[in-house]
Amino acid sequence: MAPWGIDRPSDMIEITSLSKCFGTFTAVRSLDLVVPAGELFGFLGPNGAGKTTTMRMIAGILQPTAGSIRIAGHDPSVDPIRAKRALGFIPDRPFIYEKLTGIEFLRFSAGLYGEAGPEVDKRGQELLALFDLEPWRDELVESYSHGMRQKLIIASAFVHRPKVIVVDEPMVGLDPKSSKILKDLFREYTRRGHSVMMSTHTLEIAEGMCDRIGIMQRGELAACGTMEELRRSSGTDEALEDIFLRLTGDRVARELVEVLDA
Amino acid sequence: MPEMVAVSAVALLRPKWQMARHRMARHQRGDLRRALLVSLLAMGFWGAAFAVALRLLRYFRSAEDIGTLLAAKLLAMILLSFASILLLSNTIAALSNFFLARDLDQLAAAPVDSGALYRARLAETALHSSWMVALLLVPIVAAYGVAYRGGLDVAPFAVVVFLPFLVIPSALGSVCTLLLVNVFPARRTRDLLSVITALAVAGLVLLFRAARPEQLARPEGFANFMQFVAALDTPSSPWMPSEWVSEAVVNYLRGKAAWQPLLKLWALAAALVGVGHVLYARGWRRAFSMAQEGANQRPTTRPVRSWFDRALGVLGPLRRELVLKELRVFVRDSTQWSQLVLIGVLLVVYVANVRYLPLNGEGVTTLLRNVIPFLNLALAGFVLASIAARFVFPSVSLEGRALWLLRSSPLPMRELLWAKFWVGAVPLLALALVLVGCTNLLLGVVPFVHVVSLAAITALVFPLTALALGYGAFYPRFDTENAAQIPTSFGGLMFMMTAVGLIGVVAYLAGRPAARWIVAGHFGWARDPVDMIWPFAVAASVCTAATVVPLVLARRRLERLERA
Repeated sequence: MAPWGIDRPSDMIEITSLSKCFGTFTAVRSLDLVVPAGELFGFLGPNGAGKTTTMRMIAGILQPTAGSIRIAGHDPSVDPIRAKRALGFIPDRPFIYEKLTGIEFLRFSAGLYGEAGPEVDKRGQELLALFDLEPWRDELVESYSHGMRQKLIIASAFVHRPKVIVVDEPMVGLDPKSSKILKDLFREYTRRGHSVMMSTHTLEIAEGMCDRIGIMQRGELAACGTMEELRRSSGTDEALEDIFLRLTGDRVARELVEVLDA
Repeated sequence: MPEMVAVSAVALLRPKWQMARHRMARHQRGDLRRALLVSLLAMGFWGAAFAVALRLLRYFRSAEDIGTLLAAKLLAMILLSFASILLLSNTIAALSNFFLARDLDQLAAAPVDSGALYRARLAETALHSSWMVALLLVPIVAAYGVAYRGGLDVAPFAVVVFLPFLVIPSALGSVCTLLLVNVFPARRTRDLLSVITALAVAGLVLLFRAARPEQLARPEGFANFMQFVAALDTPSSPWMPSEWVSEAVVNYLRGKAAWQPLLKLWALAAALVGVGHVLYARGWRRAFSMAQEGANQRPTTRPVRSWFDRALGVLGPLRRELVLKELRVFVRDSTQWSQLVLIGVLLVVYVANVRYLPLNGEGVTTLLRNVIPFLNLALAGFVLASIAARFVFPSVSLEGRALWLLRSSPLPMRELLWAKFWVGAVPLLALALVLVGCTNLLLGVVPFVHVVSLAAITALVFPLTALALGYGAFYPRFDTENAAQIPTSFGGLMFMMTAVGLIGVVAYLAGRPAARWIVAGHFGWARDPVDMIWPFAVAASVCTAATVVPLVLARRRLERLERA
């Protein structure tokens, strides 16, 4: 089966027959997917569908059981340093060093990518200002709220100017202003030829922002394409929510009334 | 609508019990081997403690008039030190259990009665803080039972006596914590407590050393025998529960009535739990709310980067940032650095003990003075291994929740290990050189011994650091928040055992030929420096291998490491 994607020479993420097993449980099953340059790809699916596992494999945190990944043309299993240099990863849980200050954490993150100096400081400063974190730049991360930590991690993913951003649930914990900034940032970023792969449970965001959407279900890609393509394949003119529920099983939603009435 | 039932303390403790059961039920490869090894070591330790205590008590019994007094005094002293340790550890454990635990948000939001919460958390605090002391008490109490020919009934009696003894510091510690959290935010309180603990233990050690206990054991220091007996017979601290426990145990073993001290113990325990219950029922919610106020605005911002920061620029951006991160995280975590105070004091006591060694005579002591440094080498190596276990071994585990950042960045794992290795090895080396250098100077050794012992301890620092990192990478505990708990794991035990083996080998290979050279020179025997080359070369090779192999294995391990 051909990968879900468009044939372009500058594919940023190429996933071929990717699988991941934890013991006897298969979290991701023979996944094929391509995210080309300049695309904002939305990754949807119910809890436990395998989205985070896929993203953590792309980020090099988990090793695939089978299959291959290429990031900006580099295979992480062959050349992990180059592959990771092209990547910025934003996890869903904002765990970072509690005893570093905001600016120190950004410098440290840039240092991991071999970048340092006044330019990094300037860029860090700009990113902190963008997310309203400037007054907190010299405070220890332990005093940051959940949302502030999330914003700091997002800033750290941009500090080394990656070609690809892989982001797991970016909007969780963000205030409306920061969400708006992040959406604009992603749009502008993809407009400049970079790619973003974003998982989210907020279907309106996916529908409004993403160029293409992939829906995972039980470790497999149940559907993938533009909104138009998804509608066409479902044979209706429905909103994304209806398509999503149709693909992932709307039985539970219908049973809700019965549970509440019980 | 279902009937409303008040949540009991037992219901609050149930998840902990269930989690413990799940942990026990989850068998992993090598679990049996680990359990066997830990049990054997524990049995060995218990056996040794029992034998030493029994021998001492039998020796006391041989002294007709003062034997029992000495036994009671010894028990009271042991229990007093245990009680002070228990009070400190309970205060710290209460802070975590009552105010910082992650499940408290859910409990605070639920209709849980503060009293039930108090009882459940008090039980947890007492268990966490007392299990080690309780285990230590077993061989000691058994030795008292055997020495004084008590029957099997000593065991239930001991439970009745020691239960309030363990509850008292828990209840008192929890009350202290509640009061402290009402004054300082919880995170500051934790910092404060770790510093107080370190200073208190350091103070105890210094006081104990300054009292020269070895002199107190000599009755001839007193004006007359009756004065000595009177001093022994008078309780040094009659209001301390430790004294009551000692009185109860000794009275029981001698067939006298023990109900009076027992009553005092149970009454005090009940009173403190009652007071705690009232205070927590009234003040916990307010204190818990205050404990959430963790933000600590720092007064000054430093736009200019420090000279040290800039000086590390020679390492390149990656290594500089890694080294800076290691140092900052360490220096800003008071639970980490506060223990350095204690280590500093222990080192001063160590050097002072060498100073007090009776080596001022003539003749053979000159020889001893030059041979002792090699014994000192082994002891200094052990001190360094303990420090490496405490500070270097947890280093990989402490990356825990931030591992996603390191794994998703193009950071080669060898660079991470490089930073961790040198941040650990350089201070250890400085410490080793000061420790061995100072003791050598105090002993007035000849330059040859000075050079050999300094070279040997330098050679030991690198493999000890590498082994600590290696074992830390192979047996990480990513979910433990308290760094001090990490070395007490199986991996920490394995590291200490390997380290002791390595120190023994190196001290033997370096010390034996060097000591023989000194002895031969002293007695005018024939000696050949070539005899030293082979053992020195083997020692150097062992140290090199014990440095390189653990680091290579740790790198491979970290590269394969996965966290879902």
